[in-house]
Amino acid sequence: MENEKVKKDMYLNMGPSHPAMHGIIRIMLELEGETVVNADVEIGYLHRAFEKSCENVLYNGVIPYTDRLNYVSPAINNFGYCMAVEKLLGVEIPERAKYIRTIISEISRIADHLTCVGASAMELGAFTAFLYFMQAREFMYELLDDVSGARVTVSYGRIGGVKADFPEGFEEKAEDYFKRTEKLLGEIEGLLTKNRIFYDRLRGVGIISQEDAISYGIMGPFLKSTGIAHDLRKAEPYFVYDRVDFFVPYGEYGDNYDRYLVRMEEMRQSIKICRQCFKQMEPGEVKSEIPPEYLPSYDMVEKAKKGKTEGLPLKEAELSPNLKGQEKFRKVNINVNDKKVTVPPKSSTYCTIEGLINHFKLNMSSYGVRPPEGEAYSAIEGANGELGFYVVSDGSGKPYRVRVHPPCFPIMAAFPKIIVGDMVADIIATFGSVNMIGGELDR
Amino acid sequence: MSEILKNIEEKFSEYFRESHSKLGEDTVLIKKEGILDVMVYLKNKENFNVLMDLTCVDYYGEEERFEVVYHLYNLKDKKRLRVKVRVDEENPEVESLCSLWRNANWFEREVWDMFGVRFKNHPNLKRILMYDEFEGHPLRKDYPIRKRQPRVGPLN
Repeated sequence: MENEKVKKDMYLNMGPSHPAMHGIIRIMLELEGETVVNADVEIGYLHRAFEKSCENVLYNGVIPYTDRLNYVSPAINNFGYCMAVEKLLGVEIPERAKYIRTIISEISRIADHLTCVGASAMELGAFTAFLYFMQAREFMYELLDDVSGARVTVSYGRIGGVKADFPEGFEEKAEDYFKRTEKLLGEIEGLLTKNRIFYDRLRGVGIISQEDAISYGIMGPFLKSTGIAHDLRKAEPYFVYDRVDFFVPYGEYGDNYDRYLVRMEEMRQSIKICRQCFKQMEPGEVKSEIPPEYLPSYDMVEKAKKGKTEGLPLKEAELSPNLKGQEKFRKVNINVNDKKVTVPPKSSTYCTIEGLINHFKLNMSSYGVRPPEGEAYSAIEGANGELGFYVVSDGSGKPYRVRVHPPCFPIMAAFPKIIVGDMVADIIATFGSVNMIGGELDR
Repeated sequence: MSEILKNIEEKFSEYFRESHSKLGEDTVLIKKEGILDVMVYLKNKENFNVLMDLTCVDYYGEEERFEVVYHLYNLKDKKRLRVKVRVDEENPEVESLCSLWRNANWFEREVWDMFGVRFKNHPNLKRILMYDEFEGHPLRKDYPIRKRQPRVGPLN
């Protein structure tokens, strides 16, 4: 009698609002003692109609929305969407923009992995390590801040290029931060990798087999941990990934510990990629014979209004800090040279009628960028796996349909299968290594 | 025309409707009755072992209103293929692919939730992103973007 009572199954709700749940998600568990015998996942608490909103704004207006998909590595989302639209338009971005995109993607990937591993280490009680991770992430955010003006919601991608060129001294600063990040990573590995408690909590927990991972369509560190070194940066190189030398780490057992190791190694590889890109990059400024003369924007507009435009288009407008890096002589290197895609530089918007009209046409409602009728699917290696954008155009200024394939959606679909057989406390460790991002899961 | 599209056209001439390789993406449109047969063939014979994405597009005003879009991936040869089927508004129903790929379960639930396209033989076809009491399908083109519905709390 006593035994039967003990054996009786217990039902437990984890979430939707639980401190160890990274987003709002509900896991319904059927327990036998402390072992999970059955589980179900309920999502949708963060649904905010991303895809519906995209159908009602201009093509350029979608970019800020994509920031909010994976808010830990927003630049990758920006570039993924821009790639799909560029495919529809049939434009190719300039070389320097490709390098910039590669570098910023890798910096975002490092920030993403740092957050993921750091948070899951903290949930296992390793609070010290978490602080090291956050310090390193702060370096990455500062670099993103320097180029885009924002730490998290960067909106850095533009259709046909990027928002702004690197500021002066960025390369040296990045190298300094990379060095410090590498040092921090070394210290973290000293704290965690061979830590008995950490190892025991992760090794052999949250196992997924190769067949299951493929059947669920899981990509990214999850698939790599099962032993398949599939990475879109190698498989279908975009930007300049075919010109840099790096290694795709993969695991063996498909458990949490392998995923931790894969992520740690990927960060080191990302730093390696960035360094190579900086080396290969051509200097950004095309040196003109006469250095540009700066004029305050206000004066420029006032002069142009009075018709005193003589010599004005040769001058450069002094830009406010949030527009820095998109001066005329920089813009030619980071944006595609196509008036139907790229917004003109501010100096020509302020003082020439052609620039003003061009600017208007690209920003007026129901004008904007107009890709020809068609459909395009473009995939990019996000921090969690394949991030796909499927864009359908009907030839108008607004996308007919924007579909995001979020990398953590298939992982969450597989989540019940992964945790069955483990203990309740292991769910936290496994959930941490999933790196579930509510923004892209629920859209 | 690429080889895979040719193969599908030859093997499944009764289901084949049209195909193209615009922008370098192989795309094939087939009749909805043949979706399971074609997918079994693609998975087992052509090695498209990953169902990367499953979604739907609402072509409002056209005779066959919905287009269900499948993105397949060949992990070995790194190839992609897009398979599409059209369904009409009166009977929006396609055969479920849950027996072939496990992630089809959630993807199909999402398409049902957002577009109201049903999937035959789906084990658990219920809403996934919206709550159960929600009325209508929000990604249909005739669903107004500003429409509000009462928020419903948990039933028990």
